[in-house]
Amino acid sequence: MDLPITITLMDIRAIVPELTLICVGLIIMLLDLVVKKKDLVALAGIAGTVLALFGTYKLYGVTDTQFVFSNMFVLDGYANFFKVIFYINLILTICISIKYMEIEKSSFGEYYALLLFATSGMMIMASAADLIVLYLGLELMALSTYILTGLMRKQPRSNEAAIKYFFLGAFSSAFLLYGISLTYGMTGTTNIKEIAFAISTLGIADNPIMYLGLIFMIVAFSFKVALAPFHMWAPDVYEGAPTSITAFMSVGPKAAGFAVMGRILMGAFGDMQAQWVTVLIPLAVLTMATGSIIALSQTNIKRMLAYSSIAHAGYILLGIIAGTPEGLTASVNYLMIYTFMNIGAFAIVIMLRSKGFQGENLDDYKGLAKSHPVAAALMLIFMFSLAGIPPTAGFIGKFYVFMELIGSGYTPLAIIAIIFSAISAFFYLRIVVYMYMKDAEQEIVLTQSPTMNIALAVTSVMVLVLGIFPSFLLYFVRYSIMGY
Amino acid sequence: MTLQQIYFGYFATMMTIISLLVVSRKNPVHSVLWMLVLFVHMAGLYLFLNAEFLAAVQIIVYAGAIMVLFLFVIMLLNLRKEEKEFRLQKQWPVSAVTAVLFLVVLVSILGKITVLPELGEYSIDMINAQGSLMTIGNVLYTKYLLPFEIASVLLLVAIVGAVVLAKKRIE
Repeated sequence: MDLPITITLMDIRAIVPELTLICVGLIIMLLDLVVKKKDLVALAGIAGTVLALFGTYKLYGVTDTQFVFSNMFVLDGYANFFKVIFYINLILTICISIKYMEIEKSSFGEYYALLLFATSGMMIMASAADLIVLYLGLELMALSTYILTGLMRKQPRSNEAAIKYFFLGAFSSAFLLYGISLTYGMTGTTNIKEIAFAISTLGIADNPIMYLGLIFMIVAFSFKVALAPFHMWAPDVYEGAPTSITAFMSVGPKAAGFAVMGRILMGAFGDMQAQWVTVLIPLAVLTMATGSIIALSQTNIKRMLAYSSIAHAGYILLGIIAGTPEGLTASVNYLMIYTFMNIGAFAIVIMLRSKGFQGENLDDYKGLAKSHPVAAALMLIFMFSLAGIPPTAGFIGKFYVFMELIGSGYTPLAIIAIIFSAISAFFYLRIVVYMYMKDAEQEIVLTQSPTMNIALAVTSVMVLVLGIFPSFLLYFVRYSIMGY
Repeated sequence: MTLQQIYFGYFATMMTIISLLVVSRKNPVHSVLWMLVLFVHMAGLYLFLNAEFLAAVQIIVYAGAIMVLFLFVIMLLNLRKEEKEFRLQKQWPVSAVTAVLFLVVLVSILGKITVLPELGEYSIDMINAQGSLMTIGNVLYTKYLLPFEIASVLLLVAIVGAVVLAKKRIE
């Protein structure tokens, strides 16, 4: 039997953004050998990302939803919007890491290359139309982040974080593969569209094996987005990893996890919505409770933000539970806003790190408003936004998610979410109180760099602008998801 | 019992027993050698599924290459200390209970398996007629070209990661 090779130019065109990132990643590794100043390597990474962003922009809206590489890869507004989140995440991360990695004495060219590879993995996940591609994209993302977590080789806590993340990540991959194989066994295909078709034509939506496969996949994705009770790794890993990587991981893999969750649950298992909603509701409640309550007792800001990101995963999940395209819109909208406010908050955490000073204790923020009023004001904006206080973007994000949830008839769940949101305001505002109402215990030196200032300016302006004019982003999200 | 059931029963039971042996041996070298036996049994199961190519790869790659790496790493470790300690962590009763509960879930759905009409394009007859090597060869670089290429990037990242984490620091 002869099979012709059916790769056309159109197929290649569709993966140009991913190819760009991977190629730039390779170039960076070579550049690292000849360029002594790592700033230039970082700038090459940003340039590559902008190039990929341009590629996505060219593909955006030009074509309708299209499947390429024998239905392995899908190009639609949904995937493209997530790719934009990944680009923003990548560029901001590179901006905040240049100076920081020098202080940590871990500034290697490979750092930037791995960031690019991880992002390309996320993009492949967002565009996956087949479970095999999805799995490989997930592994590409995960493997790169494991390495990035352990990059500060001389610090035991960084090594510990990498090992923990790796073992638990491998464990969750096993769950994903088990789920995929059960689904494949029942439907005879790994293609997301064909799985949906098989479920409806074969009438196996009630089959316990399908249910088990679905649950296994949800477990694996819950691990990636750190939903309780699969969040155990997050605080340790977030604390041990380089802070810039913590910022990167708290947004990128989470967004990628939600991207595939939305696609798999609504795309492949759309007929089993009743089943997955019953699984997701307890997960969401538990996640919001764990994140909001345990964060109260944290004294390390990275751990606190880790629990905060767990709680936010719970809010984002609410939009998926709503189970409507509008609910998904609200979730994606929230993710975009979360990207800006979370990376902004981590940028301030990074600024407090200077030579010989960790700056990770909450006490270090005491009296910051007096010595560094601008940094304190920015931190105030990010904390207000994370707490969901108007007029910041965080309020808008939560508002739309809760609205859609109530619209779909889950009013009690929305009330629970609002209660936990109020609880979480306590630990965000505590930092504000420390900064503005306490006296400094020691002199704080802020580490500044031009790229860091750019990142802070962009994130704070976006948090305010999206808070005051939310309709622009929402329109953009709605337009992207329309074809989905 | 048919011959098939006996064949499958033997391999499945042995794999379970050997897996327990792998995790419970005090001497890491013994663990690794039991794992070698485990891989050979796994290859037997692949043969049972008409996947002779996978069975061969399983032996060559896992039993051949990866096992050697395992032994190398174990040679570099200090075995004396390992041997004295109890191999299971102190939370093993919790793990055991979880594993048993998991088994109960799996067994409870066993009866629900409905044999569906043969699904997918790669039926047993088609693969038997063609041979599994040819079937894989035909689709690997055509239908599954994209996953194949992604896997290559994945391997590159693994190599880069190993070098970055293990190389001597140049200050």
